[in-house]
Amino acid sequence: MSKPETSISLAAPDIKVPRIERKTGVPYTKIAAALLVVSALLMPVVLPWLKTPVIFAACFGIAALGVSILIRAGQVSFGHAMFACAAGYAVAFAARWWSQLDSVVLLVIGTAFGAFFGLVVGLFVVRYRAIFFGMLNLALSMVLFAVLGKFFHLTGGTDGLRLARSSFLGMQLERDDFETALLISAVVLAVTVGVLVQRYLSSVAGQALTAIKTNETRLEYVGLSTYRILLVGYVLSAALCGLSGAMFVIAQGLVTPEMGYWIRSGEFIFIAILGGIAHPVGAFLGAAIFEFVKLFAAAYLTGAWQMVLGIVLIAMVFFAPMGISGLMVRLQAKQSKGENR
Amino acid sequence: MNQELFFLAILDGLSYAALLFLVALGITLVFGVMNIINMAHGGFFAIGGYAAASVGIWAAAAQVSPLWSFIMLPLVAIAVGALFGGLMETCLMRRIYDKDPVLQLLITFAAFMIFEDLQRMIWGTQPYSVSEIVNYLGVAEVMGITYTYYQLLVLPGVALVVFFALRYFLRRSLIGRQVVAVAHHREVATAMGINVKRICLLTFIAGSALGALGGALAVQTTSWVAGIGAEMIVLSFAVVATAGLGQIEGALIAAIMIGLARAFSVYLLPELEVLVPYLIMTLVLLFRPQGLFSVAKARRV
Repeated sequence: MSKPETSISLAAPDIKVPRIERKTGVPYTKIAAALLVVSALLMPVVLPWLKTPVIFAACFGIAALGVSILIRAGQVSFGHAMFACAAGYAVAFAARWWSQLDSVVLLVIGTAFGAFFGLVVGLFVVRYRAIFFGMLNLALSMVLFAVLGKFFHLTGGTDGLRLARSSFLGMQLERDDFETALLISAVVLAVTVGVLVQRYLSSVAGQALTAIKTNETRLEYVGLSTYRILLVGYVLSAALCGLSGAMFVIAQGLVTPEMGYWIRSGEFIFIAILGGIAHPVGAFLGAAIFEFVKLFAAAYLTGAWQMVLGIVLIAMVFFAPMGISGLMVRLQAKQSKGENR
Repeated sequence: MNQELFFLAILDGLSYAALLFLVALGITLVFGVMNIINMAHGGFFAIGGYAAASVGIWAAAAQVSPLWSFIMLPLVAIAVGALFGGLMETCLMRRIYDKDPVLQLLITFAAFMIFEDLQRMIWGTQPYSVSEIVNYLGVAEVMGITYTYYQLLVLPGVALVVFFALRYFLRRSLIGRQVVAVAHHREVATAMGINVKRICLLTFIAGSALGALGGALAVQTTSWVAGIGAEMIVLSFAVVATAGLGQIEGALIAAIMIGLARAFSVYLLPELEVLVPYLIMTLVLLFRPQGLFSVAKARRV
């Protein structure tokens, strides 16, 4: 994976850093983000059946963004779907107990529960690296999956839990309007989350997180606690997966243990690698491609879905390990350098 | 818990531990030599089981004596290991030895996903089960409980034979000592004139065959359903992590620990059955992050 392009801003309030005037290349990442937002909002107007796939793509993108934060630190989690799943169940239970809860409140509950669950798991998992990190996450997610399936009287077993459509910002909406509202909030959330993650990654904590991949021991010599830095990253990524899961469950009206199965975690990783971790827009580009290929795959290659994912993943690792956004960022950097000379 | 249940749990635990050990041994062997955790190992386990089921069904139709299973099952395992393991090593693993560990993990994960669909294409989604050999060998009376000879003698027997054979092979035979040399230090082994590529291929095939053997033996007593590979890879990873990566003797002890604990929880706290192996792993890792039997290495700055 590439060295991330970073812009460390030294703009403390009282120091004015003179801005170096220089031409920058075509901002491919920004263009891609704008195109994604516009097409996500406009395409469902033309083809209304696209509404749900676009919402799901946004959910997958948010989750993949969470996973990609950890990949920046050189750690791949093979079990992050457990946070999406746990948040989904939190939403379902909350909606059952207080049926008048608003969708927005449910989203907050899901995200908060994802973050809390991430903190509990992270306190243990964050001590490990590479293989152990990946496999421990996988093991824990398998446990959650098994437990959810086993406690039938509480969780509805493998059938999962249904939840009724709740109000949206106090309005009782019909199915179609509800989906439009969800679509808009999904796009808004995706953009917000993307910007926030970009801010986080260029902050000291985010830079230190990237340094865990490069050389952890040196980081400790600088006087930073790698445990705490990675824990912050872990909780953040779990919160993002929680948000994604909550949104997914509200849009689907159903939560099943399947949401936390390892295949789902694999799909998150797949999207993160396909889109690349160089820029947050990558996760959403990856998710958009993923969702569309899935729509077509449902018709043509039902039995070979995982095989396609696996083959593309191998191809990405061998030929374009930086992913789509990595290529964009590199192209951008090349151009700005070339014009400066 | 009365005495009978107690013994039943012990027998269950031991026969289960034998299977766990075989599969975990494959993972730990490959890790020891190549420093890669092969997530596709669960795929070999599942394919080994399916292949053994197909052979078993064919044998039953052809009225071959079930005793031939003792020859056919290892052959099936070696064939699966050589075919799928050999293919995976030459096409994928060989190209990623010098890559980032994260990428290595991703590649084996991708291979696992491919194997999952491959199984479904070849064997479909219906459950398979064969038990000719188990029925043929019959049941025994031990301490007042009836138990199948297959689980009582065959499974632990095979595990012990494999364990001692591997130990002997690694310590005494020429190729075995070359394997140990590569595991110790790849570059130095190359400099000593060892064909590292060949050793890696052999190790990988042996590891895959062990996984497949575990599957071929397990399919005789369990019904084989899709997704069984994922469960096994995580469980045997728990064994390997508890023991310490690359520890062969440790894997045996950890497999017995986890097998027994799981069997007892089946009888005492059935709800916690799936949790117990991971609870043990978590407890061990909390106090000994490198596993029970390995020594912590100094970190390189």
